[in-house]
Amino acid sequence: MAEDWLGVEAAPSASDGEEEGQEDDERRHQQLLEAVSSLSGRRRRKLAERTEASVQVSEFNVSCKGAGEKLVLSELLQPIRPKSALSSVKKELNRVKQKKAVELPLSKEEAQRVVREAAYVGTSKDVGKWQQVVLQNRRAEQLVFPLKQEIATVVPLEQVASTWKPRTPLEQEIFGLLHKTQQPTVDPLLTPEETASLQAMSLEEARQRRAELQKARALQSYYEAKARREKRIKSKKYHRVLKKSKRRKALKEFEQLHKSDPEAALAKLEELEQLRMQERMSLKHQNKGKWARSRAIMAKYDLEARKAMQEQLARNKELMQKVRVELPEEEEEAGDMPEKDLASVTIPMGASGANPWMLGKPTGPAEEPQVEEGLGDVAVPGAAERKEDEEEEEEEVVSEEEALLQDFAQKRHTRQQWAERPEGRGADETEAIPELLGDSPIRPVCDEEQASLGMEQPSPAQEETLLSEQLNRVQTMEDVEALASEELVEEREKPAAARAKKRVQQQEEGRAGDKRAKKTPAKKKKIISLQAVLSGKPQEVPCASLPLVVEEEDGGVDQRGVITEAFAGDDVVADFRREKRKAEQAAKPQPVNLVLPGWGEWGGTGLKPSTKKVKRFLLKPPPAPPRKDQHLPHVIMSERRNIHAAAHQVNELPFPFEKHQQFEQSIRMPLGSTWNTQRAFQKLTTPRVVTRAGHIIQPISAEDVPEMATAAGTGAKPVLETLPKQQAEPFRRPRKKAR
Amino acid sequence: VPRNYDPLLHPFEVPREYTRALNATKLERVFAKPFLSSLDGHRDGVNCMAKHPKSLSTVLSGACDGEVKIWNLTKHQCIRTIQAHEGFVRGMCARFCGTSFFTVGDDKTVKQWKMESPEYGEEEEPIHTILGKTVFTGIDHHWKEAVFATCGHQVDIWDEQRTSPMCSLTWGFDSISSVKFNPIETYLLGSCASDRNIVLYDMRKSTPLKKVILNMRTNTLCWNPMEAFIFTAANEDYNLYTFDMRYLESPVMVHMDHVSAVLDVDYSPTGKEFVSASFDKSVRIFPVDKGRSREVYHTKRMQHVITVKWTSDNKYILCGSDEMNIRLWKANASEKLGVLAPREKAAMNYNQKLKEKFQYHPKIRRIAQHRHLPRSIFCQIKEQRIMREARRRKELNRRKHSKPGSVPFVSERKKHIVAVVK
Repeated sequence: MAEDWLGVEAAPSASDGEEEGQEDDERRHQQLLEAVSSLSGRRRRKLAERTEASVQVSEFNVSCKGAGEKLVLSELLQPIRPKSALSSVKKELNRVKQKKAVELPLSKEEAQRVVREAAYVGTSKDVGKWQQVVLQNRRAEQLVFPLKQEIATVVPLEQVASTWKPRTPLEQEIFGLLHKTQQPTVDPLLTPEETASLQAMSLEEARQRRAELQKARALQSYYEAKARREKRIKSKKYHRVLKKSKRRKALKEFEQLHKSDPEAALAKLEELEQLRMQERMSLKHQNKGKWARSRAIMAKYDLEARKAMQEQLARNKELMQKVRVELPEEEEEAGDMPEKDLASVTIPMGASGANPWMLGKPTGPAEEPQVEEGLGDVAVPGAAERKEDEEEEEEEVVSEEEALLQDFAQKRHTRQQWAERPEGRGADETEAIPELLGDSPIRPVCDEEQASLGMEQPSPAQEETLLSEQLNRVQTMEDVEALASEELVEEREKPAAARAKKRVQQQEEGRAGDKRAKKTPAKKKKIISLQAVLSGKPQEVPCASLPLVVEEEDGGVDQRGVITEAFAGDDVVADFRREKRKAEQAAKPQPVNLVLPGWGEWGGTGLKPSTKKVKRFLLKPPPAPPRKDQHLPHVIMSERRNIHAAAHQVNELPFPFEKHQQFEQSIRMPLGSTWNTQRAFQKLTTPRVVTRAGHIIQPISAEDVPEMATAAGTGAKPVLETLPKQQAEPFRRPRKKAR
Repeated sequence: VPRNYDPLLHPFEVPREYTRALNATKLERVFAKPFLSSLDGHRDGVNCMAKHPKSLSTVLSGACDGEVKIWNLTKHQCIRTIQAHEGFVRGMCARFCGTSFFTVGDDKTVKQWKMESPEYGEEEEPIHTILGKTVFTGIDHHWKEAVFATCGHQVDIWDEQRTSPMCSLTWGFDSISSVKFNPIETYLLGSCASDRNIVLYDMRKSTPLKKVILNMRTNTLCWNPMEAFIFTAANEDYNLYTFDMRYLESPVMVHMDHVSAVLDVDYSPTGKEFVSASFDKSVRIFPVDKGRSREVYHTKRMQHVITVKWTSDNKYILCGSDEMNIRLWKANASEKLGVLAPREKAAMNYNQKLKEKFQYHPKIRRIAQHRHLPRSIFCQIKEQRIMREARRRKELNRRKHSKPGSVPFVSERKKHIVAVVK
């Protein structure tokens, strides 16, 4: 057709002969094409092609036109119209289409490997749910083993009974019987009959009660009769013994009470205090009663009477004595208190004199009236005695102290002797004291001295009787205060006259005490500076109306003056400053001198290298960093490395720490109870692992861990959620190796 | 007593605490007397031991002549002696309830015995005897059920009521030296065989799980009683390896200090430490997370230590050795035994914390770490140090003189693992 078409197109331009020639060409072209196509090998198929219908259908001549294509079942089915009868066939065919060929079974080893792998994955997942617990336990501050702390809980009987059910016939029978009698299983365990009978029993009870009451009354009357009989016994010895035994018993009881129930003991102590107060209020045991007065008359002749009186007095003292629990440390303090802190003690004394609150204290009024009654009276010698005791103690301390303090003590001793001279002259203190005040500014240094001055008079006989008690009371701080109040009272008596005389005498002695007068202003100056350093307290006591306070302060000042005098030789502060300056100089980096004489210049003796050269070869080091003690005037901090200390120091950062600050911080924090409260100390020193002796520690189980127990119930969610990262690892890795 | 905690009143806290720590450390060394007593009575080397699960004072031991002895630790006395097997007693374990115990021996039998001694006139006889086809080398009992496992040519899991195993677990043919149940996930088992591998099994699926092959043979393994997936293997190459069973490619920690094959290992019940017995005649205590031991116990007369146990109250260690003795040690060498007064206890805790705080200071560390060692061990340690150094140097040189990257760095942990087989 194509040729025709071409021919038609070419017709107007070509003749017939030409057309034949063309035909020939075409055939040849066709042949060529065929030859080419035969080369490609497709020819055979082309040959098999049936081009025309033939009558004989040979088996060799079957066309295999669609050999390359696959038979598609749907195409076969297409012509079949959808009918119900054929739908089953269609389904069958569909199924056939889906089925695949069965693969070869894995080798036994392979199969086992697969099983193992699957099992391993499953098991490690199972085990992995412990991860959280393990981490928690590793990080725990404290672990207490055994983990399962069994808490014994008592299950009430009713609960047990309610859950229990009878099973065997015997049990059922018994249960039935119980039910028949209405035996209750819940509290109160009483049958109705029983409750009824209980109510009915009230008469019986009443009877019983009456009998009891009767018995009690009879017993009471017996005891009363007994007491009366005993009271009527005239034997004194008997009573004495009885009293003593009673007292002993009470003491023992009290001790026991102290051990068993400290609170009750305290209450009892308070009771004793009450008794003491009552005693103070009353005139009992003061040798003022009728009997006592009669005894007083007898006492001259009768030894027994005297003894009885003394006993009564002793009893009085005993009752008046303040009951208190004393700490052992206080005793020590009381010993060296007056010596060490003289300055500080004197101030409160003044305060206690002026302060009504201090006077209100139980000890104050008790002793003050005694003092006011008369210095030479009964109660005072005790106080004087105390003073002396203290002084003795003090001197002991002094002798034990450093060598520097010794000459101070000596000086004071000489002064004391000097002060005692006027006292020996007579008991006229009001004259003596102002004199002393006047001619010596150093004099009222020691309050003890003053005390000893006034109180040397008491007779030795009275001293002896009260000695034992005194020893008891010397040792506390309050005693010291009481003493101070005494002194104040003493001083209060002599204010105005003393002042007047003092002035006069100062004028008189103006010439005689030239030296001393010069000394005083200098001293005063120093004292003021010292005061400023120590504390502002003595100046803060403002008692302008009371001149005696000023005097008191004056005494304190002089006290300090003595101290300065004692340490006059050594100027510690200046020494320290010098030392520090030296240390600073030493620590400064020194310039390095590299100047060599003679190089490039004339050499020889007496020649100095030129300044230019010196300038060039003198290496100046960079300035040192500022000293750490720059702003600390009282401290020298050496920044040099100490070899002896270095042996104890850590020279490289230990493993778990990342910065040296961390490590330093861990060291800086003290653990001991010296620096921490008890609670903090306990917290800081809790051990990591606590085990209990004799307890078997079982391996951990899911019941021990609350989270695990709950996780098991809810499908182990929380644990699994946190794990995917770690769990993914073991599963991934093996696969890599397998291939 | 009220105190003033003003720091100005208590200066120099660090130096003072340092001094206290130093004193505490010294005292600790002074009071470190760990050896308590030795239980003698066996007529051959002690080959295995077992703890009583319910009684702290009872310990069982089996010797190389087939004799089993039950000991009372409080009295240091042997309560009972049984001629259990002919030949070695290879392994023994107590039932979880403590009423009976099992032994396996060289005579191819598994025997179950009552824990109580027989009454007067009664003969000493096992409750059950199971005859096996091959020699059993170890046994362990399930922690909760009436099931036990033996090992020999394969791992067998037995029901107590039957005379044939419930299932046999094999993976290749080999002689398995020890098998252990996991105390927490009780269906897990671990075993170690003489072809240098450690195999894990799951009893529920009756299938092995995974196998690790190490450089040398593992003698025993022990599961951590507080951490379900951690176990420690005592190896012939003088080291112990702690594995996480989920990541067997490399051990979590390599514990080295022994100078000869490690024969046995047992965890402390707290799971924080374990004790190992070695052929080098010493017992060492390792913290689980440390590569080096914190303590070494030895005596002049103690020979190769074959078996070791940590008592379940975390206080004592028992070791059985070749020279027929069982020795009782304190787990904490300087611990004071007996009841402590509260103040004593507080002081002890304080000292402990001080030692911890200042443990990095050179003087304190020197004192705390000093241990006396017998000459043989000391020399061997030195020798091995030299060997290790030489090996390291050689590797370094090799790396230096070969193409970069051709000699890879292998971490110490990976060095000892040959392969992980699935």
